[in-house]
Amino acid sequence: MHFTINGRGFDADVDIRTSILDLCREHLGLTGAKKGCDHGQCGACTMLINGRRVNSCLTLAVMHQDDEIVTIEGLGQVDDLHPLQQAFVRHDGYQCGYCTPGQICSAAGMLDEITRGWPSHVSDDLAKPSLDDDEIAERMSGNLCRCAAYPNIVDAIREVGSAAPAGRTADAKDAAMAEEIVA
Amino acid sequence: MFGFGTTNSLTMDKPHPESLLDSAVQGSIGRPFDRIDGPSKVSGTATYAAEYPVDNLAYGFLVGARIGAGTLISIDADAVRSMPGVIDVVTDLDRFIRVAGQGGETQPPTQGVRDIAFMGEIVAIVVAESYEAARDAALRLPVTYEAGEGAYAFAAARAKSYVPPDGVTPAHFNQGDVDAAMAEAPVTIDATYVTPSQNSAAMEPHASIAVWEDDGSLTLYGAYQMPSTDASQLAKCLGLSAKKVRIVSRYIGGGFGSKLGIAPESVAAAIAAKQIGRPVKAVMARQQVFEATVRRSNTEQRVRLAATRDGKLTAIGQESLVSNQPGEDFFEPVGIGTHMIYSGENRLITHDQVPLNLVLSGSMRAPGEAVGMIGLECAMDELAERLGMDPIVLRKTNDASVDPEKGVPFSSRSLSRALDEGARRFGWARRAGPGEARDGEWLIGMGVASAVRGNMLMESSAKVELRPDGTATISSSMTDIGTGSYTILAQIASEILGLPVDRITVALGDTNDPPAAGSGGSWGAGSAGSAVYLACEMLRGKLAKAMRVEDSALTLKDGMAIGNNRSSPIGEIVGDGLEAIGHIKPGKQEKATTQASFGAHFAEVGVNRVTGEVRVRRMLGVFAAGRVLNAKTARSQCLGGMTFGIGAALTEELLHDPRNGKLVNRDLAEYHVPVNADVPQLEVHFLSERDVHANPIHAKGIGELGISGAAAAIANAIYNACKVRVRSFPVTLDKLLPGLPDL
Ligand code: FES
Ligand code: FES
Repeated sequence: MHFTINGRGFDADVDIRTSILDLCREHLGLTGAKKGCDHGQCGACTMLINGRRVNSCLTLAVMHQDDEIVTIEGLGQVDDLHPLQQAFVRHDGYQCGYCTPGQICSAAGMLDEITRGWPSHVSDDLAKPSLDDDEIAERMSGNLCRCAAYPNIVDAIREVGSAAPAGRTADAKDAAMAEEIVA
Repeated sequence: MFGFGTTNSLTMDKPHPESLLDSAVQGSIGRPFDRIDGPSKVSGTATYAAEYPVDNLAYGFLVGARIGAGTLISIDADAVRSMPGVIDVVTDLDRFIRVAGQGGETQPPTQGVRDIAFMGEIVAIVVAESYEAARDAALRLPVTYEAGEGAYAFAAARAKSYVPPDGVTPAHFNQGDVDAAMAEAPVTIDATYVTPSQNSAAMEPHASIAVWEDDGSLTLYGAYQMPSTDASQLAKCLGLSAKKVRIVSRYIGGGFGSKLGIAPESVAAAIAAKQIGRPVKAVMARQQVFEATVRRSNTEQRVRLAATRDGKLTAIGQESLVSNQPGEDFFEPVGIGTHMIYSGENRLITHDQVPLNLVLSGSMRAPGEAVGMIGLECAMDELAERLGMDPIVLRKTNDASVDPEKGVPFSSRSLSRALDEGARRFGWARRAGPGEARDGEWLIGMGVASAVRGNMLMESSAKVELRPDGTATISSSMTDIGTGSYTILAQIASEILGLPVDRITVALGDTNDPPAAGSGGSWGAGSAGSAVYLACEMLRGKLAKAMRVEDSALTLKDGMAIGNNRSSPIGEIVGDGLEAIGHIKPGKQEKATTQASFGAHFAEVGVNRVTGEVRVRRMLGVFAAGRVLNAKTARSQCLGGMTFGIGAALTEELLHDPRNGKLVNRDLAEYHVPVNADVPQLEVHFLSERDVHANPIHAKGIGELGISGAAAAIANAIYNACKVRVRSFPVTLDKLLPGLPDL
């Protein structure tokens, strides 16, 4: 079968039981996406398939002939980080880092959903959802973070979505923390 | 290894008032640096246990027992051996471990899986060419058992409780006469609080890749918090000398105690790899992590408080029942924080163990304080109300000036300061009486609780090398489980050696490097950090010699050594390179002072009048834990602890079937850890503090302080909101609904 992952073509002879997640992690050496539950319960395996975020543990590789798949490795690399990746570093939007690739892929898909005007359970204006804390928290709640970087994840996403409230940009938070340590 | 010329060793027998971290001028320490391992984490290139590329790898899938107690009779390997891709079914009824290892133990955990002690006990591993084939065969493997008698229900088994051997805290402690003080006191509280079993639920499941080397040694890529003692546990399980086992844990996807000791997948992978002559990867399924690693024990705590009318405590009692498997010594040290948090001369703090055939109970974030402070701090809230006193004033009234049991001073203690600072920042003065504040259909309340977590120093070492190109490398078997070890160790070296952080490389999590205690009990930063400090102190001495100045006359900054009216790039005065090993050990300071970090939690909740739903609206933690090494990673640690508190207060509860011990909610859909929408913008504030008794870097543990008392602050806020006191955790809406005011 043929897969397009991060813009590259891969040919693989896959077991019908193999998920996209295991295809990437165990067969193609793309271990950026993580397995936290294998049951669609944690979001650690989130990838973008044809632009939409998907729990890749829940979808079989054989269903994705010729689909466009983007994993964390496709968003940016160590020396060329995607703005969301940079924002997660600046805001400490992680601790152990295990949920992080999934959070970032999910955030990328989520920002796109907002741009398209898709409403959520907490949207005040169903025609035009805004990028506030409640909206982000609601839409990111499929991505568990046991280290609980949630407040920082929300800030990182807001900063990239260009809606960071005063005092909650990475620079402002750093300055406040530095001041507290000196005091 | 220790005692040679290149080792700088320190035993904390005396206070260490001078710290190079105060006199150095690089300006790295404390600053909110971004994590140095951040780019690798966000780009997905950090390597977790299951992700090491290994040639000729076979996949293992574990098989857990499906009865609650009894004996294993047979495993019909032939029934699955012929399935496509299956290589073998491997078991070793004597050497497989029945339970996970406890943290810091160098002896192996209980071995032998002929006897089934709980449902989920790992009895075999199926090895195949692919993960899918191994899983399929493992699910079809016929295993027969003879069912035996097991105890699964706490209520029914409590009569069999016994006094366990002392652990990190005495099983039973008694001072004075609590009964008499209760009888005499004008105001008392006698209430029982119940907390359920919990699971650490680190996002990375336990995983091991076992590779046997040609010389008969074993390399295990594992997800382990304490690789050095874990290697010793694993070696003994396999009948090898400790030198023959190397554990590599560069990145660990969260631990929270669950990865302190080895878990069953490590031994199974190692034995299977040996048997089939190929490396084996064994990753636990999430359900197996729940069923077969560790839980935090459930607790039942009878808390008694006796006070004078002006709020002086005359007695504190906390008598706890906890549970573990028959024959296992570890008990949840519920009262560990109660020993030191408040004064009061009559004290009774006990732990009795109820034997249950459930998964092992062991350490989960702040063993003891995490649950013990729920009972104590809710009882303090109840007492404050009965006294008609502000709960902050009550706590400050009983702030202990010396250890109330040992009589020794505290190394540093900022409890009252934390309460006052928190009250000011949180707007405590605006708190209304119980049930008085409303916002539409929401009843609003505020709650407070104290936080305490004992501080530990653990023997640790680290090597630091300085190279002619002006860079440095730190290496140690210390780990970073998300705490920020990589970054703070680089900052310590940067500060002392006068090198920018980006010129320092940190290699952790490999037992081939100098041994350290790893990550657990919040001791990592203080212990490994001190080892790095000592190595750098020695290197600094060598640089002074090279510059021909006294140590005190040397300044190191931005890669330059300055002294004696000249300056030189550091790389140019190190010859072919310099190295030193730092080594720290606990000493007499441990007994001469009582060491702990302190803090205060403030929570504001809304309780829905119609549904009983609870939402945390605001939360503030004020903490004092000695020197803060990195303000950003320290804050994140506290966010994590406070969020664990939200889970403990509102959602987390393991449910066991009382008929067979089956864990009913053994996955992340049914065991509810807090999600993003459950957690508001939490606020964290650090009080400036130094602890000269703790270690030369003057820092204390912070990873567990944030959970201590957090759930109690929320429960107290719930009471303040709706006047319903729930003493059985988590505080779910069904427990609140009957008591809510009429609409
Ligand atoms: S691994 Fe896919 S959702 Fe958890
Ligand atoms: S960073 Fe550890 S689980 Fe999110």
